[in-house]
Amino acid sequence: MQTTQKEDWPSAVYRTLKAAKVQQMAYVPDAGHSTLIKLLTEDPEVTSNVLTTEEEGIAISAGAWLGGQRTVLLMQSSGVGNCTNMLSLPAMARLPLLMLVTMRGEWAEFNPWQVPMSRATQPTLEAMGLRTLRVDKAADMVETVEAAAALAYEADQQVAVLIGQRLLGKKKW
Amino acid sequence: MTETSTSTTATLDRREAIAALLRARENTLVVTGLGSPSYDVHALGDRDDNYYLWGAMGSAALVGLGLAQAQPEKRVLVVTGDGEQLMAFGSLATIAVARPRNLNIAVIDNHHYGETGMQMSHTGYGIDLAKVAAASGFAETRTLHSLEEVEQAGETLKTPAEGPRLFVLKVTAENPPRSLPSRDAVFIKNRFRAHLGFAEQ
Repeated sequence: MQTTQKEDWPSAVYRTLKAAKVQQMAYVPDAGHSTLIKLLTEDPEVTSNVLTTEEEGIAISAGAWLGGQRTVLLMQSSGVGNCTNMLSLPAMARLPLLMLVTMRGEWAEFNPWQVPMSRATQPTLEAMGLRTLRVDKAADMVETVEAAAALAYEADQQVAVLIGQRLLGKKKW
Repeated sequence: MTETSTSTTATLDRREAIAALLRARENTLVVTGLGSPSYDVHALGDRDDNYYLWGAMGSAALVGLGLAQAQPEKRVLVVTGDGEQLMAFGSLATIAVARPRNLNIAVIDNHHYGETGMQMSHTGYGIDLAKVAAASGFAETRTLHSLEEVEQAGETLKTPAEGPRLFVLKVTAENPPRSLPSRDAVFIKNRFRAHLGFAEQ
């Protein structure tokens, strides 16, 4: 599956997730994820959950897999810190986990409060046993999400795709 | 701070209460929260359709939500404690918005953290989880003080619901002999999924 010239990356990722048979999506909103959130919440074949805090999604994903469904979690890098202890669950039960994380605090960032958790995002995930795959170019997005979905759902791995802030563009104030 | 008047009505024996709650279980899928709820459900007899949590505090109700959404034709019951549900306070909002019609949550409320030395929890100081769930939009919430009320709540597992239900079972603060389920989460997962017809992975 390729990103067509006229297609934006969120639409390509949406089609990739559909092809990977994702049936549940949980999210704490992020501007970088807004298009993908809209596409998935409007899909009648996908059950979407808005969360009060990101770790809720780790638990929902676990329950969904127990019941035979695949979940994708959407969050920004600051939310990864909220997930830490909850990541014990997929680690211990060897559950598939697919997270798409939009990075803040690393490229043309306006808000310094985003920086500490930005620095801690990848080390925190890796300390809890996740594999992280970074994407910094839109052209690499589909292939990376495809690979992450296969690692998660077919190899029972916990995987986070970190979407670089440079790719997402500078936040407009 | 001292216990509020509502806490003095906590008189149920937790094991008797959970046995009464599950009497009409039939094919209900059960998720249990870390600590005593996992021991209590295991004490009734180990089953393939139980998923026992030993950690990830705050996860039980939401594991139930994901499961209920994946298995809309089956009834799902989460059995957890007041301490865990307090940690997952926001999950009541998430579950209310999701509005699953096949999810019951039973909070075994002894007003204390039983695993760590019986320190009093927020419910002992007066926080009413049934009212919180009702205010959040749960379809039905009840606080239960007698075995008859608990059995009636258990019967609702068989009846259709407009949305999620939450029951608070007021139990005495005690630690009955531990009945320990397997701590091998992969084994419990594969057994649970095999019960639902999914091949082991």
